[in-house]
Amino acid sequence: MKRSVLAAVAALSLLAAAPANAQTLKWAAPGDAVSFDPNAQLDSFTQNIQSMVYDTLVRRNRQLQIEPSLATSWEIVAPDRWRFKLRQGVKFHDGQPFTADDVVATVMRTIDPGSRNKGNLATVKTAEKVDDQTVDFVLTGPYPLLLNDLTGIFVMSKPWMIQHDSIKPGNTSTGVTTFASTHANGTGPFKLESYEPDARTVMSANEGWWDKPEHNIKRLEFRPIKSDATRVAALLSGEIDMIAAVPLQDIPRVSSTAGVKVVEDPSLRLIFLGFNWKPELQGQPGVKNPLLDVKVRQALWQSLDMDTLQKRIMRGKSRNIATMVAPPVPGYSAEADKPIGYDPAAAKKLLADAGYPNGFKTGLACPNDRYIADEQLCLAIASMWTRVGVQVDLKTESKATYFPRQDRGETDIWMLGWATLPPMDGFSVLSAIFASRKDGFGGANANGMSIPAMDELAKKAAVELDEPKRRAMLAESFKIARDQALFIPLHLQPLAWAMKTNVDMPQFADEYVRPWFAKVN
Amino acid sequence: MSAPSIEAAPVLAEAPAPAPRKRRRMRIPASVIGGAVVVLVIGLAAALAPWIAPHNPLDVGSFDLLNAEMPPAFMAEGDSRFWLGTDNQGRDLFSAMLYGARVSIAIGGGAVLVAATVGVILGLLAGYLGGWVDALIMRVGDVILSLPTILLALLVSGVARAVFPEAGTAQWAPVILIGAIAIHEWVQYARTVRAATMVESSKDYVRAARVMGLPSIRIMARHILPNVLSPVIVIATINLAAAVLTEATLSFLGVGMPPTYPSLGTLIRIGNEFVFSGIWWIATFPAALLVVLVLGVNIVGDWLRDWFNPKRQAR
Repeated sequence: MKRSVLAAVAALSLLAAAPANAQTLKWAAPGDAVSFDPNAQLDSFTQNIQSMVYDTLVRRNRQLQIEPSLATSWEIVAPDRWRFKLRQGVKFHDGQPFTADDVVATVMRTIDPGSRNKGNLATVKTAEKVDDQTVDFVLTGPYPLLLNDLTGIFVMSKPWMIQHDSIKPGNTSTGVTTFASTHANGTGPFKLESYEPDARTVMSANEGWWDKPEHNIKRLEFRPIKSDATRVAALLSGEIDMIAAVPLQDIPRVSSTAGVKVVEDPSLRLIFLGFNWKPELQGQPGVKNPLLDVKVRQALWQSLDMDTLQKRIMRGKSRNIATMVAPPVPGYSAEADKPIGYDPAAAKKLLADAGYPNGFKTGLACPNDRYIADEQLCLAIASMWTRVGVQVDLKTESKATYFPRQDRGETDIWMLGWATLPPMDGFSVLSAIFASRKDGFGGANANGMSIPAMDELAKKAAVELDEPKRRAMLAESFKIARDQALFIPLHLQPLAWAMKTNVDMPQFADEYVRPWFAKVN
Repeated sequence: MSAPSIEAAPVLAEAPAPAPRKRRRMRIPASVIGGAVVVLVIGLAAALAPWIAPHNPLDVGSFDLLNAEMPPAFMAEGDSRFWLGTDNQGRDLFSAMLYGARVSIAIGGGAVLVAATVGVILGLLAGYLGGWVDALIMRVGDVILSLPTILLALLVSGVARAVFPEAGTAQWAPVILIGAIAIHEWVQYARTVRAATMVESSKDYVRAARVMGLPSIRIMARHILPNVLSPVIVIATINLAAAVLTEATLSFLGVGMPPTYPSLGTLIRIGNEFVFSGIWWIATFPAALLVVLVLGVNIVGDWLRDWFNPKRQAR
């Protein structure tokens, strides 16, 4: 009896939900947003989710070029002072008007010492309100990429932050959370209805959005589904309209299914391995860190059979790369992108030369729900290293715990993907990954790497307004990274989504899901 | 086998003392023999895995990606080196299953052992001492039983991983798993042993021991314990199957054994990613082995329960 009542209730609720389906888009990805606080994380998938709720001063259009958004125009009034005119008549989701105070509070929250993404505004000293519709950005010096940076700074409401005691940023690395970690009040195309971490995020279209919507979505439902098979099953059964990142092994099966299509594009996201630069490895206290020796790092690189990884694990869909930035991004040079070559014999010899004829023991840490085939890749890499005598202690875990651990520098060899977002410029790699962690640089350089030449280049490139010179500096930094084997770049991730044929969701090289360009027919 | 003691009368709700018991029928059903043989064979194969497995699946250096995703040897594209095919890393599936069964049984058995030891000790204390000790132990047990096994195990291993970064490694993951499973299972033992202890405590031989001034510990360990153990053996057998399944579930959910040291559950998780792409064997064979193992243990456990149950016997 009880059961039949329950069934009836379930059936009724299904019926009630049915009419809304017409313009509901349900989509799934392997991982969830780790927080709704724009300043609490550096995870571009999380920022992608947030970008549906929050607007930025300038944004990327369908061609990924920068265009006005909350700022309508800007001028450089002095080399270190930019003046932005703000859009009028914009309202936050809670009805408050958008003013210069909100921009100032957002900037101060972003560059707060406790902010996790302060590196994304490393050159901004402060923001000053000129009048209600005008804001000045005061920089440390001339800086060419301010607009690029601003495409990733989500504007929050000052009264809302004060009301909810969230004027200071949260931080997933240090565990600080605020009201803004689980709630959001932006000016963006969608309103956050509910956020249940690791379960479901529901958004509804913002009827009062200042821009004319190009989408026809009323309701946006996101579900993180970590298991590849479950995610595909959810799409094939019709429960989900779109999955971002269709597992590579399932592409043939999914694309041959009626009513479902697979969309593929190359991505900017570069998957690489980084090293521990501290005096000792995590698992080997009291022993000198072998990874500090360039020969060891080169040996690790040479012992990876990139072609087999690409063919077998990535199923021929990725593009192998030997430099730390993707070809379309400023700073890339084909010269630095020559494969180092798979040579286990040479790798063994290098290890012996470095004083490790019998190898050594190291940890390898990887996420298992962030990048395409991340765990499979790491297992295969561990196998290849074992064959040249390096004992690998592999640890894979969910990105929710992996990234904070990686950011605290508690890993030996670690995996990271970098899509140079938000600026889409090689400087993002130089400033966040190559430069030491100080003065706002090195936001993703968590493991103590400090190369003076890189710090020097980062400081110079940050203020270089002459584009050819700036690119030469970037190229120089990528050359150093390659010569010193500071990192092991693996490949550019393929971008493959699957969706029902009635869903039209454009793809972008930055892997962002932009539902405000989507149509559900 | 002796006639029921006279003291049984004032005792709780024991069934009316049965008429002089018939001799236990010793005929063992064929299904039970089958189950026992299956469990024995799998157990032996798992225990001897290092000697009988054709490859060493724990040596990551021995995998070759070029051998990845080979179908079983009996299929057209199969390779005779890999009887049941290989997984996505080129690991021999048959060897991985033998080692996996070893891990699963070891963790399941370890969890049962820990749970039974803890449960028996706490049950004895609660039943014999009574009072606030009894109340405390049983209320803690009630709280634990109000949480589902998997949820509690997920909670424990999740917290362990957050507090203790090494928790996911091959050395520590089994310890965490055993703890995570045992923390739920001990309550059953404690409840059963407590009830039996209360019954035994009021019998004359215990009273006599008490009057003689023997220390409580000695009475519990030497006099009561041997008389309350038989239900524990039954629970332990049935729990073994449940513990193996819980371990598999945790590993399937990704909080169990690491991919470099797979249990059956880990293998099923890895294989599950490939079920849609036609590479069916990675998940199917370990899952089949798990089903057979758990079924075998359950059949034997059920029969043991019947065999030890005096009420069933009367029929």
